[in-house]
Amino acid sequence: MTVDIEDALARMADGLRTLTPRRPLLIGVHTGGTWVAEWLHRRLGLAEPLGSLDISFYRDDFSRVGMNPQVKTSHLPVSIDDRHLVLIDDVLHTGRTVRAALNELFDYGRPASIALAVLIERDGRELPIQPDIVGARIRLKANEHVKLTGPDPLGIKIMEKSD
Amino acid sequence: MIGDIQIDAEGRRRHFLTTEGMPAETILGILDTAESFISVGEREIKKVPLLRGKTVVNLFFESSTRTRTTFEIAGKRLSADVININTSVSATQKGESLLDTVRNLEAMHIDLFVVRHPLSGAADLIARSVPEHVHVVNAGDGRHAHPTQGLLDMFTIRRYKGDFRQLKVAIVGDILHSRVARSQIHALTALGTREVRVIGPRPLLPTAVERLGVQAFTDFDEGLRGVDVIIMLRLQRERMCSALIPSAREYFDLYGLTPRRLRQAAPEAIVMHPGPMNRGIEIDSAVADGPQSVILPQVTNGIAVRMAILARLAGATQPEPKTP
Repeated sequence: MTVDIEDALARMADGLRTLTPRRPLLIGVHTGGTWVAEWLHRRLGLAEPLGSLDISFYRDDFSRVGMNPQVKTSHLPVSIDDRHLVLIDDVLHTGRTVRAALNELFDYGRPASIALAVLIERDGRELPIQPDIVGARIRLKANEHVKLTGPDPLGIKIMEKSD
Repeated sequence: MIGDIQIDAEGRRRHFLTTEGMPAETILGILDTAESFISVGEREIKKVPLLRGKTVVNLFFESSTRTRTTFEIAGKRLSADVININTSVSATQKGESLLDTVRNLEAMHIDLFVVRHPLSGAADLIARSVPEHVHVVNAGDGRHAHPTQGLLDMFTIRRYKGDFRQLKVAIVGDILHSRVARSQIHALTALGTREVRVIGPRPLLPTAVERLGVQAFTDFDEGLRGVDVIIMLRLQRERMCSALIPSAREYFDLYGLTPRRLRQAAPEAIVMHPGPMNRGIEIDSAVADGPQSVILPQVTNGIAVRMAILARLAGATQPEPKTP
């Protein structure tokens, strides 16, 4: 299975255009999500500043796997209170990352709304979370996973898990 | 050897007792994590859920305001339940009663102990006695170590001065009785600091201090020349009347950091102090409150660094797979 990244990004940009009247704040999830958010921000020429989230402190597997040593700093440049947010990630898989990101966002304020935009929606959801904007939908075998490479140029790799 | 019990069979850190023997990668990893905790302290809801459901006990057998408070805040910002126990300990109450206290607390399902004790080795003793899933952080034991202070000082130095390999650092004052100095020296040398100096009157310098990889100076002005970081240590008033120090006045004349003396150091040198400071004894107010002082940022940084250390320990609580 292959994914045309140009098509997927263009589809996301089209979806986001319908939201622009609300002056949404784009917030990318580290690391792949921030790359996609940056690309979309440039492509759409948005004036609103770009935000980023590192959800390491909100993961539900912390007590099992411990701290991610490469944790980055979350950065929300303006208040999110009463703003429309678009949360952007590269791959939607189990939904756990999105759950963590939503919890983190609410520690910053009370947004008017949050939409979810993902470059790739794959099967394997473990939580009731669905995207509003999707670049591409794929189904993968249990031993496959998909990974975004980048940031310049952005690429998509489908790999078999080594273990 | 203390180093052994801090790490479990899988190589994960269980306890945080000393900076002695701690590899540079471990130190830098904690400092990196602490960087991201700084931003948590700056936002409206200063809390993350990492230690939700964990219970942290601050077990302090020696008085402390800064360390205990910053540990308490660190635990609470990680969403742990934090309990403070302050007990004074008499010289006769040693060993057994300490472990009895700990066993009683263990029976209450405590996950993490933060221990301060006037006796060197107290945290180590506790770490050896607790069950596998319980973690111990040394918040100062006798003259031995105060590793979280050591790391928060490294964090502060890195934030202001960058690469340790370019830096000359001077630690000034009562090196002999200072657990802070020992923890700083081990961390600074692990990080490859270009030059570490200790400065103080001969009676307050440990014998053969050079073996720790530092240069010793008894002349303050000479030792300060060209340094990038000056760490002033507290001169404990209780020792003032003893034979070690003739008078506070004389000490200030010889080892007090004044604006004039500060000019011996590199132009952009920073001044640090682990607190509590004695104004007019080891440091002049004009320096303590001056533009080169980073004494209050040290306190702020202490919260983030202690959060990083607590998170580091508590994140590895899953029972280890049994090795045959």
